[in-house]
Amino acid sequence: MNYLIVGNSAAAVGAIEAIRAADHDGRITLLAAEPDHTYSRPLISYLLAGKVAGERMSYRPADFYEAHGVEAHLGEEVARVDPAARAVTTAAGHRFEYDRLLLATGGKPFVPPIAGLDTGGVFTFTQWDDVRRIESHLAEHAVRDAVVLGGGMIGLKAAEALMARGLKVTIVELADRLLSTTLDAEAGAILVEALRCRDAAVCLQTTVDRVLSRGGMIQGVHLTNDFEIYCQMLVVAIGVVPNVAFLAGSGIATRRGIVVDERMRTSAEDVYAAGDVVEADDVLLGEKRPIPILPLAYRQGFVAGRNMAGLDECYHGGMAMNSIEICDVPTISIGRTTVCDNCSDEGCEVLVRRDAKQGIYKKVVLREGRMVGVILVGEIDNAGIFAGLIERQLNVEALKPLLLSSEFGLLSLDSEYRKHMVSGPGIEV
Amino acid sequence: MRKWLVEPDFLVERDLDRCINCQVCVRQCANDVHYYDEEGELVASDSEHCVGCHRCATLCPTKAISIQEAPLQFRPNGNWTAERIRAVYKQAEGGGILLTAMGNDRPLPVLWDSLLLNASQVTNPSIDPLREPMELVTFLGRKPDRVKVSAAADGHVRLETQLGPQLRLQTPIMFSAMSYGSISYNASLSLARAAREAGTFANSGEGGLHRDFRPYADNMIVQVASGRFGVDVDYLNLAAAVEIKIGQGAKPGIGGHLPAEKVDAEISATRMIPERTDALSPAPHHDIYSIEDLRQLIFALKEATRYGKPVGVKISAVHNVAAIASGCVRAGADFVSIDGVRGGTGAAPTVIRDHVGIPIELALAAVDSRLREEGIRNQASIVAAGSFRSSGDVIKAIALGADAVYIGTAALVAMGCHLCQRCYTGKCNWGIATQDPTLTKRLNPDVGTRRLTNLLRGWSLEIKEMLGGMGINAIESLRGNREHLRGVGLGDRELNILGIKAAGE
Amino acid sequence: MKRIFAKEHLCIGCRLCEVHCLVQHSKSKRIITAMTREKSHITPRVRVQESGQVTFALQCRHCERPRCLEACMTGAITRDPKTGIILHDADKCVGCWMCLMSCPVGAIQRGREGHVASKCDLCQGLDVPACVENCPNEALVFEERSR
Repeated sequence: MNYLIVGNSAAAVGAIEAIRAADHDGRITLLAAEPDHTYSRPLISYLLAGKVAGERMSYRPADFYEAHGVEAHLGEEVARVDPAARAVTTAAGHRFEYDRLLLATGGKPFVPPIAGLDTGGVFTFTQWDDVRRIESHLAEHAVRDAVVLGGGMIGLKAAEALMARGLKVTIVELADRLLSTTLDAEAGAILVEALRCRDAAVCLQTTVDRVLSRGGMIQGVHLTNDFEIYCQMLVVAIGVVPNVAFLAGSGIATRRGIVVDERMRTSAEDVYAAGDVVEADDVLLGEKRPIPILPLAYRQGFVAGRNMAGLDECYHGGMAMNSIEICDVPTISIGRTTVCDNCSDEGCEVLVRRDAKQGIYKKVVLREGRMVGVILVGEIDNAGIFAGLIERQLNVEALKPLLLSSEFGLLSLDSEYRKHMVSGPGIEV
Repeated sequence: MRKWLVEPDFLVERDLDRCINCQVCVRQCANDVHYYDEEGELVASDSEHCVGCHRCATLCPTKAISIQEAPLQFRPNGNWTAERIRAVYKQAEGGGILLTAMGNDRPLPVLWDSLLLNASQVTNPSIDPLREPMELVTFLGRKPDRVKVSAAADGHVRLETQLGPQLRLQTPIMFSAMSYGSISYNASLSLARAAREAGTFANSGEGGLHRDFRPYADNMIVQVASGRFGVDVDYLNLAAAVEIKIGQGAKPGIGGHLPAEKVDAEISATRMIPERTDALSPAPHHDIYSIEDLRQLIFALKEATRYGKPVGVKISAVHNVAAIASGCVRAGADFVSIDGVRGGTGAAPTVIRDHVGIPIELALAAVDSRLREEGIRNQASIVAAGSFRSSGDVIKAIALGADAVYIGTAALVAMGCHLCQRCYTGKCNWGIATQDPTLTKRLNPDVGTRRLTNLLRGWSLEIKEMLGGMGINAIESLRGNREHLRGVGLGDRELNILGIKAAGE
Repeated sequence: MKRIFAKEHLCIGCRLCEVHCLVQHSKSKRIITAMTREKSHITPRVRVQESGQVTFALQCRHCERPRCLEACMTGAITRDPKTGIILHDADKCVGCWMCLMSCPVGAIQRGREGHVASKCDLCQGLDVPACVENCPNEALVFEERSR
């Protein structure tokens, strides 16, 4: 069997690990656009902040390809896929044939059409090269002020990293709060407060409509509310979109991302896809959409790998969840956390616990007695139990008085569930 | 009035260099002796309620805790000891009967320690039990006066006499009667399981047989006591044997009382009494006022079990024990259990426990002698009870005339009991004499079973060694064989009653 | 592979498992030193949960398909290919808490060792994990069970 993997991050690694566990002999070839050994993309903010060194960026050990019998072609960006010929062609013109193909090309930063963006000192922030570019910018120019456009995960981590480098950072976010897709207003406000304590500025409900530059170098940004912010660099971190451009003309079905079935198969025979590039089932919405988070990328890659190796396994869908710690405030959000805020539906219920002194804010969203989302700020322990309850859509009506307490844990759950959760008869009751 | 005259019995000492503030002691003490001082961020102890059970000291991972006897609080006095004075204070304050538990703790002479065993030298060879068969199997039950055999034409010999029902013991040690209620479910289960594993018998006590223990009924003797708790025809027929409980060594002449708070749903169902009501065992059986009455009950039970099971009688060792035992045998008992003054209990008035009854050594010898003299020794087996602390005590009892022994305290100790004598409080920190679910958990029945089985195995091996040393290869050859015992430091009178010679004779 | 199983009906809530886990993961491996001087920067990997009469000790289940491993963005969580044990490399961990968010039993904690996660490693190098070895009531067992 001749496996071809396009991509070099969580989904690709998941697939390689699944394939090798099932098939010792098949040939695995990997094509990656970037020249680096598989590395952790979320770590780029830690790298920029100086919290991790380059050698700690690896997502897998240095001998990963060798140990898994992978022929890795790094720096080979795929330009075209031809399912009829069972082959892909790279930008460098090399052709690779396959029996089974995995597309795990991930996402690419979304960059809105803003006047003057093509000047020096403007960066995106999704890969190692972005850090290298920022590093050289910081080295070559006297940078004191930075603007980060986008108050989402990437924007906040970029901002935090730049703050760690001693820059005065302003975050510009179009929505009325930070992390608008995962947090509610109250949790968002806690983060704003934490950022402001560390001397960062946050501008909400506005965005950059013009980049001011002189001599090919950024001087500042102009906002839609007519403010101008003086800065020597801009990071555009509005979000990522599936990286599907190279599929044009291949006949492989895409909408926002590559459309896959529950076995991670695309519309083309023997072509699988996984990770940020796909749109797969969202268990809470009951529809397909891209959920660009690392845990799902790995799981999808793993499921794809199992199916590619001839085993039969289904991906049961995922849901949005994120953990982010900004300025020492840990925050976890899982599922749909704002859905019930303005909803008069009788089946909806929101439970909230606030403890400003200890910096705790916890919120659970229930619909018809089942959890659909949770936000945890400050006290994030046992978050995974919530994830399990949401994913399994269990009725938690009886647990309501306990859900938000600091004592909530596995013990709070029904003994049958406990037994089930500890894989086999783990805890005998 | 503040009870200011009663001082604590124990002093809890904590080595602060060793204490790691892990709070294991805090969590383990049901008497709230240890507590965590949040402000000082350290564990402290308050000796007042310490019962000296050593649960904390045993579980303390750094051995930082030691329990001392409270230092002398009174002027030394050989007669008015601290214990006596304390008891008077307690009663002066409370006005009630002082309760205690487990066996007599007075320094009564333990005659086992004055008896010594024989061994072979030169003239008769000793036997190595590792090389040669050694029989500990014991049968309890009525043996015929004589046996009739017939020889067939082919030379085979057949037993013509029909034998009555017998209990077959792999080793002559059984577990004493301890009711479910006085001890926990897990403790009862451990005893039943260990009896089965070791091929011997546990005794249900007077509290009935919980449905979960019925699978072990083949290795259980069930009791019929004055309260008749849990007795029905199934109970009698499931068991291997039935024992009528007349008395108990720790409290001869008085009944029993399981307080209502211990009678939960399970115990209520097992005892067949309403939940949360006192389980009162009357002092006498109200249908037994004579040997003849006893005979009626024995035969009623034999009828109920279709003469398929041995029916025995358990009495406490009191002054005229020999005559009473003889009456029991004549009334039809297949075995007579005799419980000496050091026998244990879950609750008894201290004054009764400590002052009523006679030692098992003398009672046993007297009963065995009496039954022999009357020519009825074969009609019933004798089971001795009342504090057997080692295999040495057991083998001496057998040489004095017992067929088998009951161990109660030793079994509890094997399961972790530290003899704090507070069974009656229901707060046994070892999970044995309690029904509190947080405490009963502390005895893992698998561990309990294993430890009990180990104890029986160890004692049995030791008995074999001692038998071999005497040149005897079967326990029944030792039974009543008082030539193998010699007394040291005993007067003529005791030697006579024990029916043994003095050492050197 | 052998795993640790908790017998809830036998757990007596003494928390000796936590003590011995901490000692095992200490530098000194001496109980008094570990529990006094090292305690503040070592996390017991096993935690006793307690509510009324119900208590049990919980540590990483070493799942067949670990959610924490899926979620670990740095590659700090791996499966030992020989033993199947799910390992956590504190040197790689950056404390993003994605594993904590994913573990359906709540067996991963924010560690005292630094800004890193902490989880059971089945006491690598010992035949029987310290919590199991030191459970006074055998409420924890270490055994192979079919699933």
